[in-house]
Amino acid sequence: MNAHLQPTGSAYFIQQESARQERHTLSVLVSNEPGVLARVIGLFSGRGYNIESLTVSETEHEAHLSRITIVTTGTPSVLEQIKAQLDRIVPVHRVVDLTVRASQLGQERPIEREVALVKVAGTGEGRAETLRLADAFHAKVVDATVSHFIFEITGKSSKIDQFVAVMKPLGLIEVCRTGIAAMNRGPQGM
Amino acid sequence: MTDTDNRMTGAEIVLRALKDNGVEHVFGYPGGAVLPIYDEIFQQDDIQHILVRHEQGAGHAAEGYARSTGKVGVMLVTSGPGATNAVTPLQDALMDSIPLVCLTGQVPTTLIGSDAFQECDTVGITRPCTKHNWLVKDVNELAATIHEAFRIAQTGRPGPVVVDIPKDIQFATGTYTPKADHVVQKSYKPKVEGDLNAVRAAVELMASARRPILYTGGGVINSGPEATKLLRELVELTDFPITSTLMGLGAYPASGKNWLGMLGMHGSYEANMAMHDCDVMVCIGARFDDRITGRLNAFSPNSRKIHIDIDPSSINKNVRVDIPIVGDVGRVLEDMVRLWRALPKKPEKAQTEEWQQQISRWRARNSFAYKNSNDVIMPQYAIQRLYEASKGRETYVTTEVGQHQMWAAQFFGFEAPNRWLTSGGLGTMGYGLPAAIGVQVAHPEALVIDIAGDASIQMCIQEMSCAIQYGLPVKIFILNNQYMGMVRQWQQLLHGNRLSNSYTEAMPDFVKLAEAYGAVGMYCDKPAELDDKIAEMIAVNRPVIFDCRVANLANCFPMIPSGKAHNEMLLPDEATDEAVANAIDAKGRQLV
Repeated sequence: MNAHLQPTGSAYFIQQESARQERHTLSVLVSNEPGVLARVIGLFSGRGYNIESLTVSETEHEAHLSRITIVTTGTPSVLEQIKAQLDRIVPVHRVVDLTVRASQLGQERPIEREVALVKVAGTGEGRAETLRLADAFHAKVVDATVSHFIFEITGKSSKIDQFVAVMKPLGLIEVCRTGIAAMNRGPQGM
Repeated sequence: MTDTDNRMTGAEIVLRALKDNGVEHVFGYPGGAVLPIYDEIFQQDDIQHILVRHEQGAGHAAEGYARSTGKVGVMLVTSGPGATNAVTPLQDALMDSIPLVCLTGQVPTTLIGSDAFQECDTVGITRPCTKHNWLVKDVNELAATIHEAFRIAQTGRPGPVVVDIPKDIQFATGTYTPKADHVVQKSYKPKVEGDLNAVRAAVELMASARRPILYTGGGVINSGPEATKLLRELVELTDFPITSTLMGLGAYPASGKNWLGMLGMHGSYEANMAMHDCDVMVCIGARFDDRITGRLNAFSPNSRKIHIDIDPSSINKNVRVDIPIVGDVGRVLEDMVRLWRALPKKPEKAQTEEWQQQISRWRARNSFAYKNSNDVIMPQYAIQRLYEASKGRETYVTTEVGQHQMWAAQFFGFEAPNRWLTSGGLGTMGYGLPAAIGVQVAHPEALVIDIAGDASIQMCIQEMSCAIQYGLPVKIFILNNQYMGMVRQWQQLLHGNRLSNSYTEAMPDFVKLAEAYGAVGMYCDKPAELDDKIAEMIAVNRPVIFDCRVANLANCFPMIPSGKAHNEMLLPDEATDEAVANAIDAKGRQLV
């Protein structure tokens, strides 16, 4: 029965992780009270879990509820443990593993989107090329002078990665990204 | 109650809220940021304050109080160093699931963040070592926060909570919210009822077992006296052998016929072998800790596992189980006993007969055996004599951490729950004396013994002064071998017997130390005199420090060396110097 035994979140047995690492997106509904984000982040650092992306904002103002979206990686048992540990935090109302939910719903993955602001330098003839490429990515100009543009771009993380890579040789100055916002497809809520 | 009755200062609110939550004793130490609360304590008689000598002592005393009564322990400390000194007992209570409410003073809200005198980020520092914590910034929320603190500390998996109260909030006038009216945090709702289908599946699996074992832990004791009663009933009905973790001792009586002794690193041979070879394991209120499992990938390889725990995160954390049941041990056992009684066909006795015989053979191995001596007191012998002398009394035993703790667990038999208090998860040296003080406060007539080591006792020795002040006749029984015995044992096992800093060269004269505090000091180094001296110690109605000189180099066996499996135990009669030196391989050396 225990042939599938794996080391988990315990740091005691330092063994090679043999199970496959998976990347999952979690949605965590919390009371928006002081310190709640510190509790969530402290859990990840204290127990040695990974955070690839973390997004948080109040989503229901009257109820003072915030929704935290966390992208993390781990073996299936570690991911199960992360969910259980998050659920133990007193101001946490619900934890949903959107990746698991998507596969239960017969979907490939949850919808994941990110917003980025990308500042690019550009003068003279290069400007036309920059704008043409930005247009191809459906990036919107939100600020510009004769020597720069700021683009707003929305999409999957991979699309933003690609846009940033394309802008690099054209005079990329800085990038700011929101991290991932995610939900499952279909009519049901989390 | 009229509105004016409900208007009071923050400090008055604190006292009223404690009283409304049934608090009779508070362990604490005053300081600048809690003076208004201390002023209120001075002006009332309902709650007795026990003045400790160090905030760590307050925490462990509150833990001892909580564990021996089943009530919530309460500690009160000041800001800054008061709060940081409370961190050790908070983490201790978190790991051992002890309900504890810690009230800390804080600098006035206007000074928070200014690096004020005795300021620290208490909620930040205690966040990972509490179940939950609060900084109260509005006096009108103070009462509700304290009520909520008590609710969260004692429900679900119990644990410590901190309420940080700035000094200006203690002075401010606000409205008291009665306990019945307070708004609860909706996101916190522990699941206490087990899934009946899972319980049914568990009972069916248990009925089919040929080699069953019950593995119980502190969760049974935390669940309350009813859970202990049901556990004993379940053993009676099923006739399954039963073992327990360090934290669970006493839930099933040590004199019971199905008792295998404690399991784990220093557990009995029969308990560990039975865990390894069983086909159905029923884990009740325990958490597959590393001291219990040994090498994980060799842990009980051929068994189907049932796990009852109130904390969903304990399920599948270290060991994957086949039937998880999330719920309160007492509630689940109630269902389990009922469903077992209702089984259409109970298993035949023959089904487990071979297993019982195998267990008898393991038991005959007598794994706790040691070579006694007429010249020097063996530590195991000292515990056995202490146990014999305490029989028939209402006895509570606390310990510090190390060899003496393991010998106490091996050789002191516990017949009832809540009588054995030890720092299991965190392994806090210095726990025993203040915990004994907490027990004695709750049970003034009982015999309370702190079985200690010569090194551990010095970590919170200042609490002798507290015991004297309140006339608490705790008995400190030191197994004095002049070493940090467990450290020395590990140095022998892992580091070529190079005894780096584990020998205490400047030992205090414990008899004079006792006398200096105003207690009774006793000394014994002869096996022949031990019984009389122990009787004398028990007869004295004052605090006693008993300096029991024991064999210096005795090791604690049996032992599952780090990185080994349950069936690779090192037994006392096989533990030659060579076997000890080679017991742990290179991989095991990295482990703790």
